[in-house]
Amino acid sequence: MPPMGRNMQIDPNAKMDFGALGKLIKFAKPFLLSIVLIVLCSLLATVPNIIGPRLISNLMDIITKGVKNIEGVDMTAFSKTCLFLLCLYAIGAFISYLSQWMMVNTTQGLGKNLRTSLNNKLNNLPLKYFDGTLIGDILSRFTNDIDTISQALSQTAATLLSSIVIFIGVIIMMFSINVTLSLVSIGCSLFGFIMMFTLSKKARKYFNSRQKNLGEINGHIEEIYTNHHVVKSFNGEDKAIEDFDKKNEELYRNSIRANLIMGISRPFMAFSANLAYAAIFIVGISFILSGKGNITYGTIISFTIYARLFSQPLNSFAQSMTSILQASAASKRIFEVLEEEELEDESDKQIIVTDCKGDVAFNEVHFGYKEDTEIIHGFTGNFKAGQKVAIVGPTGAGKTTIVNLLMRFYEINSGTITIDGVSIKDMKRENVRDLFDMILQDTWLFEGTIKENLIYNQENVSSQRLNEVCKAVGLRHFIKSLPQGYDTMLDASLSLSEGQKQQLTIARAMIKDSPLLILDEATSNVDTRTEMIIQKAMDELTKNRTSFVIAHRLSTIKNADIILVLNKGDIIETGNHEELLEKKGFYAQLYNSQFEVVA
Amino acid sequence: MGIFKNLKKIDVLFIGLMVFSVAFDVYFELKMPEYTSALASLVQMGSADMPLVLDNGLKMLGCALASTVSGMFTFVFVSFIANNFEKNLRSKVFRKVVAYSDDEINNFSVASLITRTTNDITQTNMLLSLGLQLFIKAPLMAGLAIIKISNADLKWTYTTLAIVVVIVLSVVTTALICIPRFNLIQKLTDKLNNVTRENISGVRVIRAFNAEEYQKNKFEKTNNDIYKNHVFTGRVTGLIMPIMTIGMNGLTLAIYWIGAIIINSYMGNDALINRANVIGNMTAFTSYALQVVMSFMLLSVTFLVLPRVIVSIKRINEVLNTDISLIDGRKESNNIKGKIEFKDVDFSYNGQEHDVLNDISFVALKGETIAIIGATGSGKTSLVNLIPRFYDVNKGKVLVDDIDVKDYKLEVLRDKISFAFQKAALFKGTVLDNITYGSQTKDTDRVNLALKIAQVDFIDDLNFEISQGATNLSGGQKQRLSIARALYKDSEIIIFDDTFSALDYKTDMLVRKGIKENYKDKTIIIIAQRIGTIKNADKILVLDEGRIVGMGKHEELLKTCPVYKEIALTQLKQEEL
Repeated sequence: MPPMGRNMQIDPNAKMDFGALGKLIKFAKPFLLSIVLIVLCSLLATVPNIIGPRLISNLMDIITKGVKNIEGVDMTAFSKTCLFLLCLYAIGAFISYLSQWMMVNTTQGLGKNLRTSLNNKLNNLPLKYFDGTLIGDILSRFTNDIDTISQALSQTAATLLSSIVIFIGVIIMMFSINVTLSLVSIGCSLFGFIMMFTLSKKARKYFNSRQKNLGEINGHIEEIYTNHHVVKSFNGEDKAIEDFDKKNEELYRNSIRANLIMGISRPFMAFSANLAYAAIFIVGISFILSGKGNITYGTIISFTIYARLFSQPLNSFAQSMTSILQASAASKRIFEVLEEEELEDESDKQIIVTDCKGDVAFNEVHFGYKEDTEIIHGFTGNFKAGQKVAIVGPTGAGKTTIVNLLMRFYEINSGTITIDGVSIKDMKRENVRDLFDMILQDTWLFEGTIKENLIYNQENVSSQRLNEVCKAVGLRHFIKSLPQGYDTMLDASLSLSEGQKQQLTIARAMIKDSPLLILDEATSNVDTRTEMIIQKAMDELTKNRTSFVIAHRLSTIKNADIILVLNKGDIIETGNHEELLEKKGFYAQLYNSQFEVVA
Repeated sequence: MGIFKNLKKIDVLFIGLMVFSVAFDVYFELKMPEYTSALASLVQMGSADMPLVLDNGLKMLGCALASTVSGMFTFVFVSFIANNFEKNLRSKVFRKVVAYSDDEINNFSVASLITRTTNDITQTNMLLSLGLQLFIKAPLMAGLAIIKISNADLKWTYTTLAIVVVIVLSVVTTALICIPRFNLIQKLTDKLNNVTRENISGVRVIRAFNAEEYQKNKFEKTNNDIYKNHVFTGRVTGLIMPIMTIGMNGLTLAIYWIGAIIINSYMGNDALINRANVIGNMTAFTSYALQVVMSFMLLSVTFLVLPRVIVSIKRINEVLNTDISLIDGRKESNNIKGKIEFKDVDFSYNGQEHDVLNDISFVALKGETIAIIGATGSGKTSLVNLIPRFYDVNKGKVLVDDIDVKDYKLEVLRDKISFAFQKAALFKGTVLDNITYGSQTKDTDRVNLALKIAQVDFIDDLNFEISQGATNLSGGQKQRLSIARALYKDSEIIIFDDTFSALDYKTDMLVRKGIKENYKDKTIIIIAQRIGTIKNADKILVLDEGRIVGMGKHEELLKTCPVYKEIALTQLKQEEL
């Protein structure tokens, strides 16, 4: 049974992408020797297939001769040929297993290397790539596309070549024995093949519709189940069922259509095989009776085998073409990622900032995510060590952009950003990032123990330090209450509240202990009471650190030293809370709208 | 296997017809070697002539044609049976799940219900369309072929059986060794996906921590494990083909060898006829023996796929056999409108010990605005979910318009309530369809009004297509459309479950203003996080760990309720209170 849904849907009009295949072949260079050996082995393995039936024919002739001979069958001659055939088959099987063995190593090794390359590539891609791509899309390249390539290669690489050899070999053998019988066998096989080919081409249209219908109905099911509260509270059950029935009926109709056509075409293949079988017997025996063409009973038996062998490559050609097509589409998608422009190489940058005081300055900074749309127009600002800088503004105002630029997730178009007077462009990216602690709205934790999540990639963190930090963020008690303490696994079974997750990320940042701090909407997902607990932890963290705080909850940032008010990418106001309220500008309006009385 | 009770009469008829067509197929296919056998004997005896050859040959062709036609009919029957079954089963499961109450849905989890209604059901179609045929054809074929060869020399039969045993054993052993590995590979692939997902979703954190190497090591470890397991299974399964080839070819050779020995055992007068018959039998036997081997091989493969399908069937049965815990009431309506009352309500999810709500009592009258505030996990959403009876209370009563919600016909009850949910969920379709969802009529004037009040200023065309999961809208936009949908429904009670937190202060204020002006006589329940959103409510309920710890107006609560005051203090300055 084929694994469902794993095979890619092939667009019937898809063209073979030779460029992508070429790249794949180049990538497979380390396996070149194995590939050559595989091809050689699989060619060798065809020998028993091609000459076997000829020997069977001899064998049969030895037996039939024995019928008329009083002595009976010549057992010495018989056993000689028979043992020779047996050895031939055994060697053939051994060689084909050998090639299978190498094939597995090669295709899986190639898959593994592709995954490694993709993963390494992701580490060298700019943030821009991730912000513009769907996770699901990248994931499917890691799994589906690579699987498709491995499968296509293991199915095709060996079989395609050996199919061609068998195909040609069988034709030569048949014609060398008898021309008429050859034409009869080939004609019958071709008839069945052509019938099946035309019918399944028709069926494919319905299979594609079926696939589409299946996608639609599954989408509907997902939507209704996920939103069952909406469905229930709006009494939408009847409508849901009505829509469902319509889609279910359409799916049914296309499935039936596709199956009916397939139902006619498959028995045709069997019929053509039987047709060939019968035809070979009739024509062959008529030759024997008329004494023409030097035909024996053994010849007939060998032709029935050849006819079967002949139709096999025809089928595998069609299959190979499909899987090569799939592989070319899959490798196109993989090499799209592998050829993305990488981050600039920084190995020659020498400046390393270690003892950082924490002065940060923006000087005439211009920036835009797209080349033609600038969203930061010459921002200048000096922030002294230890200051708390708040950035506010409505959604989409570009608050996070500032973080992206500070951390060098994106590069500025012009101007400079300096830390302690050194332009961050002159430092290596790793160096810049070492200087910052960063806490984001989305609490990113991974599947691993609490301890692994807290220490992350830092070295030499004592358990005493771990305790200190967890106490500071108010997690000590919670962790103690867990049966496995720090070694508790963070996975689906342990449901942490949003607040607890945020406390963990704060603790992680405290362990990293960098001189500068970024808080990007760190408390937006938690309610205000939980926020108070976290706030204490964050106050602890902001001590002695130059910090940049982004928040849409204005209460969070009232005590900042400087508030930058952003709107549509521009910094439109700066000052502290009181100064900005007095200005009665955008900030004051934003701040006061939360108290406005609704009449 | 109780699932097959779902087969309808017509399906049973089709199955009956199918058994016939398969039987014909097998019969004719196995008839053919008899003619070859006859021809072979005739040729050997030298008593063949052209009319006799043609006669046998044409009969053979007739058999081939008959078997092909039967095969086509089999396909047609199977296709009807499998697709009918799939269609009806899917429809049954979907209807059942749509009727489920929250308790059942939570027990299974939405994700699991989705796989059960989609993948698991497609699996049963596969079982039927491939299995039905194989399960009937393979035993028939094997059985009939065995009967045919049982007349022949026993040495042939034993050899064939030995080969069958070898091949079946090797297929089964291979599978037993590999199936656990396949499951492991599936798990490892999931793990690899998780690490990659982690790498992408956490790219900012990973780079901020310069933790690329750390993540890479995690990835490579899994990558290596996948490679090793694939290589292992590949090497083991790779053995099947060579074993098959040697087995089948070896069988043919063995049959010939035995044939040669039998021929040599006939001496004397009748030798020619007997020996010629051996040739015929041998030819026929080779065909039958290969059929027997193939049938057993197919059967053993099917039996290996079976466990997977049985799991699917079990999972579907679980859905169908789960009883719905909410029993629909009978009462339709009375004259009172817009009154909600909670009387000493205790509530916990699914009989869990830990109460989510405790001792909740309050009354909301027509036209009042009731606000609910409290920390995450304090039970706000659970409380409002009791009003449209998504769940039943453990103790006490929830009354809407003085009737216990348990006594209502659910449809009537839910007609009385508009709900805007915390997580704004929209459906694939036009804006118009979404706003008028559940309503019989599509009044565009009222749609436009609802959109205006909900501050939906980003939609020009009511026929704008919303994609599945509303991925073409932002969070705030979805939320405003979901508010508009609740407003359009125009029920006597409107519930906003934390719908305003995703909006900025200004939009929040404008939406509330519009509602206040246009829906004066509605009972409104608002769950909120911001004090500003609820300051002017007629009644504020303060929830803490499932209990009401304060109830009253803003000013009163500031004086009397410490929890409320604490929440307020974190948001506003002392003097602004």
